[in-house]
Amino acid sequence: MAKELKLMKGNEAIAEAAIRSGCDGYFGYPITPQSEVMEYLMAEKPWERTGMVVLQAESETSSINMVYGGAGVGKKVMTSSSSPGISLMQEGLTYLAGAELPAIIANVVRGGPGLGTIQPSQADYFQATKGGGHGDYQLFVLAPATVQEMYDFVFLGWEIAFKYRNPVMILSDGAIGQVMEKLYVGDYVPRWTDEELKKNAPWASYGKPANREHHIITSLELDSAKQEEHNHKLQAKYREMEEKEVRFETIDCEDADYIFVAYGSSARIAQKAIQLGREKGIKVGLLRPITLFPFPKKPIAEFSKKVKGILTVEMSAGQMVEDVRLAAEFRCPVEHFGRYGGIIHTPHEVLEALEEKIIKAK
Amino acid sequence: MFNPDIVKPENLVYKRTDVLTKAVMHYCPGCGHGTTHRIVAEVIEEMGIQDKAICIAPVGCSVLAYNYFEVDSLGAAHGRAPALATAIQRLFPDHHTFTYQGDGDLAAIGTAETIHACNRGENIVIIFINNGIYGMTGGQMAPTTLIGMKTATSPYGRTVELNGYPLQITELLAELPGTYYVTRQSVHTAAAVRKTKRAIRQAFENQKNKKGTSFVEVVSNCNSGWKMTAPKANEWMVENMFVKYPIGDIKVDGEKVK
Repeated sequence: MAKELKLMKGNEAIAEAAIRSGCDGYFGYPITPQSEVMEYLMAEKPWERTGMVVLQAESETSSINMVYGGAGVGKKVMTSSSSPGISLMQEGLTYLAGAELPAIIANVVRGGPGLGTIQPSQADYFQATKGGGHGDYQLFVLAPATVQEMYDFVFLGWEIAFKYRNPVMILSDGAIGQVMEKLYVGDYVPRWTDEELKKNAPWASYGKPANREHHIITSLELDSAKQEEHNHKLQAKYREMEEKEVRFETIDCEDADYIFVAYGSSARIAQKAIQLGREKGIKVGLLRPITLFPFPKKPIAEFSKKVKGILTVEMSAGQMVEDVRLAAEFRCPVEHFGRYGGIIHTPHEVLEALEEKIIKAK
Repeated sequence: MFNPDIVKPENLVYKRTDVLTKAVMHYCPGCGHGTTHRIVAEVIEEMGIQDKAICIAPVGCSVLAYNYFEVDSLGAAHGRAPALATAIQRLFPDHHTFTYQGDGDLAAIGTAETIHACNRGENIVIIFINNGIYGMTGGQMAPTTLIGMKTATSPYGRTVELNGYPLQITELLAELPGTYYVTRQSVHTAAAVRKTKRAIRQAFENQKNKKGTSFVEVVSNCNSGWKMTAPKANEWMVENMFVKYPIGDIKVDGEKVK
């Protein structure tokens, strides 16, 4: 694959990836700090090059339901938004999960609660990984830490979404959305032809040919016995994801006495804190979850047997720390540190928290 | 006198359409949904567009419409059908995407989706059943409930003071430049059925010619929700509903009917 070097904002990388990955439709609504996604698409006019549909909807409620419609007919469709807009989409997300529809939803998280602020945050972890809407369901959640990953995870997102017939959320934050970095982009993947669509999404409601029964896309099943059966099927799918699709990265963990667990922007800040710590003789490493659901429970459980303590670093009051504690099962101290409400912690603050909450507290 | 010798395919003058499934409909006897379903299905059959027709079912009495139309279908969240239809028709511009919605779905919770789809002039067909009540959930007040009408949530009759005015959403939509065809019909007599069929045919023909949004309201009775017999409900509909919701074309070929 030919690689081309570009300099882009994270939000623009998502848009460029949409065009290059053969996306059929993007439906969005402006909200800071992710508006560049749709701005970039509207300026690029991909409908003239690839036939991709781009539409500004009247609300996030509408854009997620446009995604539901497009996904239901087997097309590769996506949307993006930021925290308050994603809250408004929760209805659509649970319908997508219930009807088992593939789609990509990018959340460029900002500080909350409520209208909150427009600065970066990671306080939507619970909403993204624990359902968010009603009913027992899971989104597949990818957490990019670089502009390159904003781009790459759109491609990976389609693969996962269609493989499991499940909505995929790309959970980033205002920092990754706004920062400009270099990234490599690859060749254009053509949009699916009608024949490819029928092959890749044989379940979809793309128009009934004479030789088959009609297809119905719905999350409704009034017979509760059948609805329970459907739920069993969903749960089995989520367990399969946990079995096969966990992704994470470890940095400087080989000799580590302590580890940080952090994703996205916080993982990058933690990397600098590792450097500062090691300069002071503190052997600390980083485990960076790349998939937040499925969560890397096993590697965290393994580390909890070896290290003296774990500090989760999140721009929230402490959300992922709950999953880390469940994985560590009290085998070592697990504490949380994070600034929130739109404030980004510094590497010095992170290291200081490790010293105060873990090392000195022992 | 029954003569079995004449029962031959060449003598057939009327039959069920294959665009309806053989599922038994759950609608109340005397309700307009069954008739309207059949009309839509017949139009799809006659135009030869079954392979391109996509039905968007709402939430409400017709939530299970996808079990009856033998076309590929999607069940939408409450009120969101026009958003689904917008995306599908743009992604498959030669298809025939239509929504089938009731008054609560279209004129209350889905007002934003309805108005904006119509205002963008999406090339979709919207079939709107207006019976002035929430039938499925047990007869609560709808945005189209008439003043004085008793429902489960307006047990002493709807009042302007408490509930505001009945919403004439169809007239409102006709004001938008994106709507190409807006009409109000009914299915309570054979003559009305024929007119409604012409209207629905016109809507799908407009879509074929990429004219923008075609909107067909069908004023119907809800005899169980209104707590009347079916014939009595039809009489009441003519005497009361048709006054607030007069039957006829409102906008044809993009022009308001004078």
